[in-house]
Amino acid sequence: MQARRLLTIASAALLAAAAYAAPARAQNEQFIPHLVYRTGPYAPNGTPFANGIADYYKLINERDGGINGVKITYEECDTGYLTDRGVECYERLKARGPTGASYVIPLSTGITFALTEKAPIDKIPIISMGYGRSESRDGSVFQWNFPLLGTYWTAADIIMQHIGQREGGLDKLKGKKIALVYHDSPYGKEPIALLQKRAQMHGYELLLYPVTHPGVEQKATWLQIRQNRPDYVLLWGWGVMNSTAIKEAVAVGYPRDKMYGVWWSGAEQDVRPAEDGSKGYHSITLQHSAGQFKLHEDLKKYVYDKGQGSAKWEETGEILYVRGLINAMLGIEAIRTAQDRFGKKPLTGEQVRWGLENLDLSADRIKQLGFENEVKPVKVSCEDHEGARTARMQTWDGKNWKIDSDWYTGDDKVLLPMVKDAAAKYAAEKKLSVGCLMMN
Amino acid sequence: MLYREVGQFKTSYQSDEAVFPIAQDRWFVICLIAFALLIVPVFAGQYLYTEVLIPVLILSIAAIGLNILTGYCGQLSLGSGGFMAVGAYAAYNLMLRLPETNIVLVFLFGGVMAMLVGLVFGLPSLRIKGFYLAVATLAAQFFLEWAFARVKWFTNYAPSGSVAVGRIELFAIPIDTPGRIYIFVLAATVVLAIAAKNLVRGRIGRMWMAMRDMDIAAEIIGIRPLHAKLSAFAVSSFYIGVAGALWAFLRLGSWEPLAFDVNRSFQVLFMIIIGGLGTILGSFLGAAFIVLVPIFLNQLPSWLGIPISTAAISHIEFMLFGAAIIFFLIVEPHGLARLWAIAKEKLRLWPFPY
Repeated sequence: MQARRLLTIASAALLAAAAYAAPARAQNEQFIPHLVYRTGPYAPNGTPFANGIADYYKLINERDGGINGVKITYEECDTGYLTDRGVECYERLKARGPTGASYVIPLSTGITFALTEKAPIDKIPIISMGYGRSESRDGSVFQWNFPLLGTYWTAADIIMQHIGQREGGLDKLKGKKIALVYHDSPYGKEPIALLQKRAQMHGYELLLYPVTHPGVEQKATWLQIRQNRPDYVLLWGWGVMNSTAIKEAVAVGYPRDKMYGVWWSGAEQDVRPAEDGSKGYHSITLQHSAGQFKLHEDLKKYVYDKGQGSAKWEETGEILYVRGLINAMLGIEAIRTAQDRFGKKPLTGEQVRWGLENLDLSADRIKQLGFENEVKPVKVSCEDHEGARTARMQTWDGKNWKIDSDWYTGDDKVLLPMVKDAAAKYAAEKKLSVGCLMMN
Repeated sequence: MLYREVGQFKTSYQSDEAVFPIAQDRWFVICLIAFALLIVPVFAGQYLYTEVLIPVLILSIAAIGLNILTGYCGQLSLGSGGFMAVGAYAAYNLMLRLPETNIVLVFLFGGVMAMLVGLVFGLPSLRIKGFYLAVATLAAQFFLEWAFARVKWFTNYAPSGSVAVGRIELFAIPIDTPGRIYIFVLAATVVLAIAAKNLVRGRIGRMWMAMRDMDIAAEIIGIRPLHAKLSAFAVSSFYIGVAGALWAFLRLGSWEPLAFDVNRSFQVLFMIIIGGLGTILGSFLGAAFIVLVPIFLNQLPSWLGIPISTAAISHIEFMLFGAAIIFFLIVEPHGLARLWAIAKEKLRLWPFPY
């Protein structure tokens, strides 16, 4: 008995010791916590993204010897897409390294929401590229959140623009029925506000179909869709929910050509399980496309040929892997930007935040980094933590994702007032002081 | 030797009916509280506070609540997550709509609302028993989860359905640092745990236990099932509601109904099963076991310096945690608290056992 009590006490003591005595490390290092999910129902999608990020860090260390000589260190922690485990991982890792965590990439809207409350206190910025709170684009309220390259409102806006164009004008949407099949969590609910706003503007009817986590049970939802026959179905799913939705669409005979997924519902993992049934399914992309590009030459030379790769080489052209690369690149470039101002040494989260807010990637710079045609120029400012609001559409042809639209830009006439309203409401509810964060 | 009550004479009714009638117990509890209040803040770091102490204390309150219902009154419930959600959303709405309310009242309001909801969902217990009641409370869990996800008023029409609380102050002192949150949660836990201990040793507790042991016999000796069962549901839901409000406000800060899903109910139920049904101490031991063992297992490989992949660590964590649960249930089916009771028996004779 005492042995067991001792075990509990010893484990508590060990936990405490671990929290205190981070092992001695070399001082010229920049630490980045790496929250991943390689287990659980969302692992098929979480794993390639995590691999992409890890491989880009390895590439920077191997090829350039770090960021201007400052080595990157990172540590993985598996969240399983669970909010409380994600917060535990964040707390465990936030003080590691000589200067603490540079930034955190939660890859979960739920964890992003939870960390949004902690970021201003811990002074660690959150990069939620293509997810998180849509109103966190307003950097005067959400000083520590960076939903780079696009929020869910932007995504929903662009999908509606595309559907409008397909119908021959947004005014043609009048009387149409648009259904949203969504993951019943903050993630899935985010686009509703925008879709409702657009519904008021254009007069289409919005049908909402929530799907409970993890989304393997959708029979009832798709029976309703068969009854109501919406003109288009938007899919806001993640993990196994996406492939289940497409399979159910096949089962009830809903045309895949009328389905549009968000960028988290448009990866190879989502369409492959339904095999031929997925043919013709569309999704929006977060700027980039599937397939290898310029950067992969270096990736092969410095990482994969040395046997250091996290994934299999064939998988490095997959959508989510590429997205991981882009996410890591934006983080590293933010650190580089901050280094230009604060010196070529390990930086604190606060300094990296400045780097994120002043991130300015020109087309030339993007080409230099090896991301040509994958990323459009990004310019972040205090008013605009999103940095860019452009996206394209892609279609699954049975074997590959094919980009089949021009670039769309989110319409700020619709988006900006909504962002301002929601951010102001949040600030009022939390009694926050609003304003851009200055650094001297 | 160490734990001998010989010579402790009870010379008044008061001392005979004390919450902790044995001096060693009393001193142990006093020392433990003093340690938690005075010594822990000296060495505790932020991780120890936010990921170890605060979650264990808050979930202990929930476990005490469920233990009152299941362990003392014998009514199996799978609705704890739902009742925690009632506490959390009730407290959130009170704070939102009457921002000047004292934070203690906010948490009590969460408890009271959970109590009222618990009373309603406790009514079926008058007719159905055992596993059937478990299913009925499971319905409560799903209904409440559904209500907080769908009825927009509860979440103040937040577009994503996720709500967040602002600054929390007690008499103008902001409760924002992990140390202050810990002290606040500790105080709440101590008050509620001693109140529960007090409740179960007296008339009401005995009424519950009689109901648990044999309801027909209890009815024959004059205990009204309506009173016994519904009071257990009320008190239990109150505790769980307070725990839910504390969990949402002081642990999460921002939450969605998923934070109180059926897994939370199971978690609390496993806590009392592993800790020990029908004991207050067991609620603490069970909460510590369920919260800390996974975190401990997850970090063990990196402390030992074993290089294995993140995915493997997670899988090993699940396997070892499952094995640990089975191990403890085989070694001591009555829970960790029973091990403590055995230790006390042994200490009574130590070092000269016969």
